[in-house]
Amino acid sequence: MRWLRPAPVLSIAGLLALWVVAALLTDDAQILPQPWSLIAPFAQEFASGELLRNLGATLVRVVWAFALAMGVGFALGLAMGRSERLNDWLDPWLVIFLNLPALVLIVLCYLWIGLNETAAIIAVTLNKIPNVTTVIREGARALDPELEAMARVHRMSWRARLRHVTLPQLAPYITGAARGGVAVIWKIVLVVEFLGRSSGIGFKIHLYFQLFDVRMVLVYALSFVIVMLLVEWALLQPWERRVRRWRTA
Amino acid sequence: MENGVISIDIREKRFGDTPVLGRIRFDIGEGEAVALVGPSGVGKSTLLRIVAGIDTRFEGNVQRPEALAFVFQEPTLLPWRHALDNILLPNPGLSHDAALAGLERVGLAGKADVFPGQLSLGQQRRLALARAFAGRPAFLIMDEPFVSLDGETAEQMLALTEALIAERRPATLFVTHDRAEADRLGDRILELKGQPAELQG
Repeated sequence: MRWLRPAPVLSIAGLLALWVVAALLTDDAQILPQPWSLIAPFAQEFASGELLRNLGATLVRVVWAFALAMGVGFALGLAMGRSERLNDWLDPWLVIFLNLPALVLIVLCYLWIGLNETAAIIAVTLNKIPNVTTVIREGARALDPELEAMARVHRMSWRARLRHVTLPQLAPYITGAARGGVAVIWKIVLVVEFLGRSSGIGFKIHLYFQLFDVRMVLVYALSFVIVMLLVEWALLQPWERRVRRWRTA
Repeated sequence: MENGVISIDIREKRFGDTPVLGRIRFDIGEGEAVALVGPSGVGKSTLLRIVAGIDTRFEGNVQRPEALAFVFQEPTLLPWRHALDNILLPNPGLSHDAALAGLERVGLAGKADVFPGQLSLGQQRRLALARAFAGRPAFLIMDEPFVSLDGETAEQMLALTEALIAERRPATLFVTHDRAEADRLGDRILELKGQPAELQG
């Protein structure tokens, strides 16, 4: 078990200790409550089903936006990496979208599409596509032309080429994009929820922000951090080890 | 005019403004092995790539059979797929047993479940050779397949290639810088020279 090695455990314990000391020094539960004082409100939110309902709502948005951004970003990045001409045409768009603040896209999507789920997911997706595209484009530019020639001489079908020649070469770039993708997407999802949804972690944080309830803000934020850590350890890292098997064999 | 299965007629090939290949015309008969020699950098590999259809940006015409195999200078294997899959995937019509037999033929029996990175360079090249012959090519193209091997391994590879060509009798076009190699494998030797390069003699 990777995450039971001493270094990560000690490092998280250190972070907790820092929190305890900071809370002692502040000596004001309104500003920074002790970690253990979160347990009771956590249990209460968990028991009422409120925590799981909102976690679920956020998670569904994250999954949708992630799948869409990875799919579109992958296709665009591959096409732009392979075709210099297409790249010349699309690169300025990419630069514009890369530098457009997330907030602007979110507000515009809500204004144009309405305060609904579609707008929320599109806003997050549009925010993430340019990053995925940039990373995958790098990978597509580094594809081995000799393997391409080999596939061509053997007249391999495009499906076989994609699966056995192209995708394995892009795997490190895909994991890179996915890793960065999940982290960025859930942060943007929270902003989207904060601004215009009536469910999800972001909505709850907005609610408790207005009530100045630091404890509940922390309960909701940390719950989702834990979910994302589980995603990293239970899904991303095992998948990465699987596709890297041939390197270590 | 010879009625060869393979007919090459190149008018010109240029990289940017530099002409690399000039007028090049030759045919390869059924089962004939042709060696291509010439100084390094003259355009031998470029010519092979045009003949194989990998490079299509040239002026002229190439007729070649569908069943084609290319042995590259490097083994050019899929490092993320097992040795057996390296034979099966590029040759979709091939049966599992035929692929295993192909591995055995080049002395790699028992290496089916090994990744190419776990093989020595000599073994990787033999795997590439097995992949090329597995497709039962009517036309085999080889680009210095024995380069960067030590003397003994190169000799083994050469003998193996000779035997495989004798068994299957594909039309063969190969590049080499070694005259002895050209004489041994080739029925006919073509020499590429000049700038832009043309065939001599």
